[in-house]
Amino acid sequence: MGRIPRDYLINRIVTLFLTILIAATIIWIIPRLSPVDPAEIALGRMAAGAGAVANSEEILAQLRANMGIDQPLIVQYLKYLGGALVFDFGLSTAAFPTPVSTLILNALPWTLGLMILSLIITFFIGNLLGALMVWDRSPKLVRVAIPAAMVFTSIPPILSGLLLMWIFAAKLQWFPLTGAYSIFVEPGWNWAFVQSVLHHGFLPALSIVIVTFGFWALGMRGLMITVQGEDYVKLAEAKGLRPRYILYRYMIRNAILPQITAFALKVGLLIAGQVLVERIFAYNGMGKLLYDAILNQDFPVIQGVSYVIILMTAISVFLVDLLYPFIDPRIRHEAA
Amino acid sequence: MTSQDNMPMTRAEKRQLKRMKRFDNPWMNPKLIWGAGLLLGIVALGLIGRLLWDPDLVFTGSSMLRLPPIGFENLRGQEGTLANPLGTDGGGRDLLALIIIGAPNTLFVGLLASLIGMSIGIFLGFSAGFLGGRIDDTIRVLADVMITIPPLLILVVFQSAFGDVTLTMMALLIAGFVWQSPTRLIRAQVLSMKQSGYVQMAQLSGASTSHIMFREMLPNLVPYLFGSFIASVTTSIVTAVGLEVLGLGPQRIPTLGRTIYEAINAGALIQNLWWWWGIPTLLLAVMFIGLLLINLGLDEVSNPRLRKLS
Repeated sequence: MGRIPRDYLINRIVTLFLTILIAATIIWIIPRLSPVDPAEIALGRMAAGAGAVANSEEILAQLRANMGIDQPLIVQYLKYLGGALVFDFGLSTAAFPTPVSTLILNALPWTLGLMILSLIITFFIGNLLGALMVWDRSPKLVRVAIPAAMVFTSIPPILSGLLLMWIFAAKLQWFPLTGAYSIFVEPGWNWAFVQSVLHHGFLPALSIVIVTFGFWALGMRGLMITVQGEDYVKLAEAKGLRPRYILYRYMIRNAILPQITAFALKVGLLIAGQVLVERIFAYNGMGKLLYDAILNQDFPVIQGVSYVIILMTAISVFLVDLLYPFIDPRIRHEAA
Repeated sequence: MTSQDNMPMTRAEKRQLKRMKRFDNPWMNPKLIWGAGLLLGIVALGLIGRLLWDPDLVFTGSSMLRLPPIGFENLRGQEGTLANPLGTDGGGRDLLALIIIGAPNTLFVGLLASLIGMSIGIFLGFSAGFLGGRIDDTIRVLADVMITIPPLLILVVFQSAFGDVTLTMMALLIAGFVWQSPTRLIRAQVLSMKQSGYVQMAQLSGASTSHIMFREMLPNLVPYLFGSFIASVTTSIVTAVGLEVLGLGPQRIPTLGRTIYEAINAGALIQNLWWWWGIPTLLLAVMFIGLLLINLGLDEVSNPRLRKLS
């Protein structure tokens, strides 16, 4: 692994696996502490559909056997962990014979697409604006406008989402209110569909962007203040290089590096925030899947979605930690 | 007196002078004061509001349904009345009463969760940084592990399994997820402080460990602790509101998040019932802006370098 010391690598891998294991365990334990019996819920659903259920005792026993909850806890736990390794969380109880993994696989591309798009936009805009806040040649307007825009950044994306939805979808009707694509277009790789997806994705992405760019801008501002006083910047100025060149090649390039670690810490919160944005926009991603599962008390799906999202977070943190020394050669990992 | 009296000062000079006066007390920071003012306003709304306004109006059906605020008209052509100055929701609850009861509830969850989280964080951070060795390893790995797990998802699992929870219970649950960052921060600070002269002096003079930890080191950490506290209040409120918007918070206690949840579910956005979701949203926004200002102010208190710029 080149420059990464072995101890550090082992440490990160252990942390990654511990994170996944602990999260998976917590998700598994919680529903089992609850007094609610999933078999009875399933029976109740049958009874609600059919009016009355004969042989309810036998059916209960059968349901318990199907769900595997008649086995000793340790067996259940190990089976669950084994299943989690291959993303097998059993069958959804609400959309009954559909496996949870299928539901998640259908939702995942939407979530990932929205997330990557909004992340790239915020990272770019946020860091640029943060740099301009400090740069002594940026226009006066920029220096006043950016701190004012920062106010948005303290707000969670659900609130900005509601506001944008009301203004642009309900009032002005420039954008559709809900959904990830129009029901009138055939999903596939044709222009009408892509256009529809972009049209539907704009508001959810924007509501994430306007509340997250400030985090990067603030961080960048702090870093730029430090970089501004460095000797190499003074030297570059003395050499008479163009100010814009100094800004991009000397200042931003050096200041941006710690932002990438900040990124790792923020990923978890971003994903959780996005789940809520998807919920209010009824966007076809993991957030909507989770919300529908909560409404239906569909535990396998709730567990599966939570697990996959935690896994995504843990892996992105891990990757950023590993990639970091390649991006910033100044960093030498201490053997931890 | 001095030459300053004769020459009119430029704005920059005036600002400079003001800053020099302010230099005596970094806590008299305008951002800090504004932020604290906004939060105190919300607390005051809850305390004074209860005295001036009838809290029984939070009950379903206590007023007419979907009345607009004063000066507006709803789709049925009804106008806002003095009896419900901020309008009513789809269940006939008065929105003014809802926010009077709901806003302090939301703030309470955030404060309680981060108070508990901070206490755990201070304890663990000091233990890890000061004692080192095996204890440090365990705490550090635990904090590293827990920091990547988004609290919202674990709590979603929890609350869908257990159903209704009380506010305190929710705060306790959230507290389980806000101790990691303070722990890491304090550990790092303690590690660097341990090398400083005054701590070594105290050690040489035979001060007890707890004396060094709490009397020598803790006071120096106060600005960091405050900053960390405010950050975790924000995280806690975001998490709590997130749960409530998913319909998972306390079911019978009015909270801002739950009001928004009900508004979305009733289609308030399409029906143009903007006051139903808009007023709680606005109040939450004020709360978060207050917290942000306090945080920015605290940054300037603890990092004088930033003061030069504003």
